Formats: sequence, C-alpha cells, structure tokens
Amino acid sequence: MNPAPSIIFFTVASGAGYGLLFWVGLLRPLGLVPASAGFGALAIGVALVLVMLGLLSSTAHLGRPERIWRALSQWRSSWLSREGVAAVATFAPAGLFFVGVIGGGGGFTAPMGLLAAIGATTTVYCTGMIYASLRPIRQWHHPLVTPGYLLFAAFSGAALLALFAAFWGAAAVPAAIAAVLGAAAFILKRAYWRSVDAAPPVATMETATGLGFIGKVRPLDPPHTETNYLLREMAFRIGRVHARRLRHVAALAGFAVPAALLALALPLGGTLAGGLFIFAATGLALVGLLAERWLMFAEATHTVALYYGQDPRA
Amino acid sequence: MTSLPQPGAKKLGLVIDLDTCVGCQACATNCKEWNTSGHMAPLPDRNPYSAGAEGVWFNRVHAYEAGDGEDGRTVHFPRSCLHCETPACVTVCPTGASYKRAEDGIVLVNTDMCIGCQLCAWACPYGAREFDDDAGVMKKCTLCVDRIYNEHIPEKQRQPACVTTCPANARHFGDLGDSSSAVSQLVAERGGFELMPELGYKPVNRYLPPRRAPKADAGPPKDAGPLPSQISNPLLRWVDKVLSR
Repeated sequence: MNPAPSIIFFTVASGAGYGLLFWVGLLRPLGLVPASAGFGALAIGVALVLVMLGLLSSTAHLGRPERIWRALSQWRSSWLSREGVAAVATFAPAGLFFVGVIGGGGGFTAPMGLLAAIGATTTVYCTGMIYASLRPIRQWHHPLVTPGYLLFAAFSGAALLALFAAFWGAAAVPAAIAAVLGAAAFILKRAYWRSVDAAPPVATMETATGLGFIGKVRPLDPPHTETNYLLREMAFRIGRVHARRLRHVAALAGFAVPAALLALALPLGGTLAGGLFIFAATGLALVGLLAERWLMFAEATHTVALYYGQDPRA
Repeated sequence: MTSLPQPGAKKLGLVIDLDTCVGCQACATNCKEWNTSGHMAPLPDRNPYSAGAEGVWFNRVHAYEAGDGEDGRTVHFPRSCLHCETPACVTVCPTGASYKRAEDGIVLVNTDMCIGCQLCAWACPYGAREFDDDAGVMKKCTLCVDRIYNEHIPEKQRQPACVTTCPANARHFGDLGDSSSAVSQLVAERGGFELMPELGYKPVNRYLPPRRAPKADAGPPKDAGPLPSQISNPLLRWVDKVLSR
C-alpha cells in the first residue's frame, strides 16, 4: 500500500495526542502527575494541538476536503465515520477538562478528564479498526493491528507526559508507565511481524482469476502499458533490504531504546540527566513510530496486485 | 446510506466467457467511450497523447497463461466491478456516497457526496474502483445504469456498453438472482465461477471457464496399418481411403 505522508503523520501525531490526553485525564484525578494549572494546560494543550494537527493532515489525503462533514453520517457501518464521530465527540470533554484545569481543577474537571480518556481510547480504537477491517490486506486484517494502534498511542502519549512532568521534577510515574509500554510495544510489534511473515497469502493468482483448475497462473500481457491508480496506490513495493533495516529502526529506535532510556531515567529522579534521558526517549519514540507507520503501509499487500502478477508472498 | 439494503431478488450482473474472449479490448474501449459522458462522467486521462498516459477505466483486460505444456492455455481476462452481494466498499464509506441499490443490486457512487478518502478502493479486493484525481472523487463501473433502463435508445441496445460491443459474444448481461434467466442457465451449464470466493464478498458476476482442449491423442495408439501407398490393389486402396475418413 502507498505510504501517504498525510496519513502517516496523522496517525502518529493524533495517536500521541490521544495517548497524552488519555494519561493526563486518567492520572491527574489520581494525583499521579503535577496538579498545577500550568502543567495541566501544557499537557492537555499539546495533546489537543497534536490531535488537531493530525486531523488537519488527514484532510490532505481527501479529494474533496470541504465535504468532510459528511463523514460523520455513516457511523452505523463505517469505522472511518465512527473515528470521525469519536474524534469530534472527544473535543467536548477534552475542552472542558482544559478549562477546568486552568480554573483550578475543581468540580467537573476530574469527570471530564476521565471522559476525555475514554473518548481518546475510543477514537484510537476506531483508527485501528479502519485498517483491521480490510480483508484484502492481510497485514492489516490481523488481530494485533488494533491492539498495536492502542498500545503505540498509549506509549508515545506516556513518553510525552513524562517529558512534561520532568520539568516539574515529577516524571517518575509517567516514565515508569512509558518504559513498560515501550517494552510491551517492542514485544507486540515483533510478534506481529513474526505472524505476518509466516501467514499464508489471503488469495493467490489462481483464486483471483479462478484459473487454478488449469494449473499455475502467470501474467502474460498487462491491460495497460503505463501505470495507473491501482498500481500506484495498492501495489507499492519496497526493497526487502530497506524493509528489514526500517524494521530495526522502528523496533529499536521506536520502542526498545526509548523503553531502556526511560527505565534508566527512573533512578536519576529529577536530575538534568534524567530529564535528558526522557527527552531523548520521547524524540526517538516519535521518529521510530513514523518509521513503524511507514512500514505498516509499505509492507502491506493488497489482493488487487495479484491481477498484475505480484507474488502474494513478496 | 452505506448500510447494505435487504438483499433483493434481482441481482443484475455480467457473465464473462473466458473461453471465447479474444482480448480485443473492445469492451474496455466502448466502456470508456460510453462512460466518459455517462452517469459517472467524465473519466479523465492524464497525458493522453504522450509518455505517462494514464486514466480512469472501469474495465481492464488482462491476459494470463495458465497451466503448462499441452494443457496450458492463454486466457484473456476482463476485470471490472462484480457488484458483490456483500460489498465492503459500500459499508466502509463514511459519507453514504457509496451505495448498493436494493432494486437491482447495482453498486454505485454518488459523486456529489464523495469526499475522496479512497477507503472504498482499499476495501475492494478486485481493484474495481479508480480515483478521479481531477474531480477528487472515486469512480467505478455503473453496469451502464444509464443504458439498461434508458427508454431513449432502442430496446436491443439496453445492455451495458461492454456487452453490446463484444465481437466474440463473450459477455452476457442479465439477472443472476433469477435461476431461470438466460445468464443463470449459462452459468449452470458451463460451471461459471466467482472470483476469490474466500474473501466472502459474494460477487454477483460470474466467469465461464475456458473449455478444455480435446485431447489430440485420446486412447491407445491406433494399429499402424499399411500406408495407402503400400496397398497395390486400387479397389482395396479406395476402400481403405473411404474407411479411414
């Protein structure tokens, strides 16, 4: 599948934003992050900016972005529509949470924080299901795809929260959470790759053409000599060498090294070194996630490529 | 509404005969010709007269080789929308632009509502949908909905453009929901099949398999009798010639 930069940036940025919103909404009522208005405003503000930048970026993928409001209508059947509804709905409690935190944190602040956390989880779940519900793409139609989207969002959000909390000298809880989630994300992504590498193709040239009863099917003449939309969008190929290298970048820079840095930052407490470790971990995690998301597209194979003779194993 | 309608009795679709298709591209060409001014018009072309020409087509004719040796076949293979009974291209649509008609099962796009997110193209296993970059909306085969019910054209022509133009009579149009229709009987007779049934989209269109070539050399080898030139008696030579026919 074609790795469109607008969608890669969208899912990474809004994933991190929703992850951050989730953890502030959950940890602030529990008193596990600084309760000051300044900290709350920074964390929730950055979360909402990331979410909005992400959503804005996603509209760059649309042919007719001015009609985007129509996408809220088909939530009965469409995960994309559900994602839109959940994203819009989450702005209400998130906005009130922001207002409440600035106003001293009393009254409705804690319930709004928890509602925002639920909304953030729901939105990211819908994002994952958009991909996981597509049967022609076996690398997406996989039971670990949606858990992956949720886990990676929670991980990058917790890392960002640890980064902000470090300025208040109170990064211990979010850093510990991020370290555990980073390790979990590393394990999940490795398990996912092992699984998709071993799984059989969802269909073959023989079943795609129905000609398997004659024997092995080979392409003879393509229907067109130049490229077309289908080939550009759904038959994207990358060199295997690059895929393997990028997998290392994603797994190590994205998950393993940040998890280790966050764990190392824990005993350093509120020192400058601890803060720098968290800063490096957060930066690496976001870069690694961009690589992970690029691979999520670039490595995905679509059944339409079978008609053009692409090996379903490749 | 992108929720699917209650399945109707009528399932209009195509039956494509892979035995007689000669790969002439007439169906693709006439499809383009009709539809570029039809229901989902226009079908844009980029750089149509130079290198890098590409555009939106609803019908693409591939050619494959299947099998090896004397059992091997060259098969021309037209690929277009199969108007599936459970089309995920419709249910994934966030706007309601994609829909399946309850009355005849045709899958269409309302290009006035489409936001061009292209999720439907991802959801289609068969590559039936192509994006119109100019208009920013998705386009697809309409089963010539603007011909088959069109009272302004002669009744014989109320068929999809690809069907009317096929010189090999390899394309047939009709109601595959009616087991007594000509197309249903053709499918039953010839063992018509659906593409990628394992994906569960339940395509309506059917493909008829290439017939097996008769074995050139069936049964044990014939007795090697004398060659005609070896029979000296003219009467017997004539009898041998007649009987050998």
